[in-house]
Amino acid sequence: MRMLTFAGRNAKEILRDPLTLLFGLGFPLILLLLLSAIQANIPVSLFEIQSLAPGITVFGLSFITLFSATVLAKDRSSSLLQRLYTTPLTPVDFILGYTLPILPMALAQTALCYAAALLLGLDLTVNILLAVLLNLPVSLLFISLGLLFGSILNEKQVGGICGALLTNLTAWLSGIWFDLELVGGVFQRMAHALPFYHAVELARAALTGQYGEILPHLWWVAGYAIVCTAAAILLFLRQMRRQ
Amino acid sequence: MYAIDIQGLTKRYGNILAVDHLTLRAEEGELLSLLGVNGAGKTTTVKLLSCLTRPTEGDAYLLGKSIRHNPSAVKSLIAVSPQETAVAFGLTAKENLELICGVHGFSRSKRDRKITELTELLGLEHILNRKAGKLSGGWQRRLSIAMALVSEPKILFLDEPTLGLDVLARSDLWDIVRALKGKVTVILTTHYMEEAEALSDRVAIMRDGRLLVCDTPQGIKAAAGTDDFEQAFIRTVKEVGA
Repeated sequence: MRMLTFAGRNAKEILRDPLTLLFGLGFPLILLLLLSAIQANIPVSLFEIQSLAPGITVFGLSFITLFSATVLAKDRSSSLLQRLYTTPLTPVDFILGYTLPILPMALAQTALCYAAALLLGLDLTVNILLAVLLNLPVSLLFISLGLLFGSILNEKQVGGICGALLTNLTAWLSGIWFDLELVGGVFQRMAHALPFYHAVELARAALTGQYGEILPHLWWVAGYAIVCTAAAILLFLRQMRRQ
Repeated sequence: MYAIDIQGLTKRYGNILAVDHLTLRAEEGELLSLLGVNGAGKTTTVKLLSCLTRPTEGDAYLLGKSIRHNPSAVKSLIAVSPQETAVAFGLTAKENLELICGVHGFSRSKRDRKITELTELLGLEHILNRKAGKLSGGWQRRLSIAMALVSEPKILFLDEPTLGLDVLARSDLWDIVRALKGKVTVILTTHYMEEAEALSDRVAIMRDGRLLVCDTPQGIKAAAGTDDFEQAFIRTVKEVGA
């Protein structure tokens, strides 16, 4: 009950920020429409809707890190957390309270992207549901990155690191906008060692029904999600002790 | 039993001694001010007593509960209004109060009763449905104190509650703090001499983490041989603390 009260407050803070609607929903949908329009005029296989839509859902989730990190960094700077640390809320309540309200937002964002993709010609199959569900570990990864950065950075730094750097890393190293094999070399190896490429390939495999391709990418994403969640919990507890 | 019984409390950050073997007591219902220049150890003392940080040495007992061995029991007795405004800016004033009621596990009826009571006590009627982030500094501080009072604390820590406020807002907050005297034990940290003199039953003057003197404002002035409290503070810090 206590945790749910705190989670409810975090949901309100995030949803009342107009940037959430702009970047969380507006920006991915605009990209989807724009790139589909380009595809209609100059066909590129990478921008076919069944390839583009999963990529856009993952790119959209990279903004989740910004929301999660911003709310935590704001709470730290305003001393609200210091006040709440003197209440009966436990460390588990805090971590779940920051994580749980963002998961349904991430799912809603993914579902809306696919709904828009349906209007743009994506076939309606049960694989869409699978692709939405498999975005859950990806969401957890981005939320944990938000908790991690929110525990150590201030609000301004969060804007730079999560709002600019992370979204660009996700864009460049995921294979959404260009085929990584065209670049090759260190760049491609680096992309394959990071989770963003695997998150996009995981969603593409699920959507196109290539079930055998799911697990290899899921392990990468789940592995990163577990490590980042553990690191986020440790850093959160460290800043809690330092209050 | 003392409301607060501090015994040799020490906090060290690396080579820095923030609080140095502090021994101090406060009676129930007393308003005790911690006064000192920057770095005197006031805020660290509040953080130690409110279990936000662990002592390096020593212990303190709040209504008999040890901050070292029983922090959860201590947390159930206290509330803190931190130095910076500690409100959720995206929520309305009412939602901020509901948040604190919720994290303390209040039922809906108890929550509504408590919000009505605090709204009347702190005069929050007109700002209840306004977003906390849009309120002036004075109203944010009022809301912050209301949030601290939600849990009906036996001991209330007010860390620089009037810092940066204009004269009228400060005067309003003084009235609120005066109204709490006798009902709640209040530990007030402040930089303002006139605030400490006007509100406190006793004043503890600190320097470099050490307690220099703890007495009534009149006692401190008499010991320093002056009628002016600011002069008494300066003499105490320079002479006793030298």
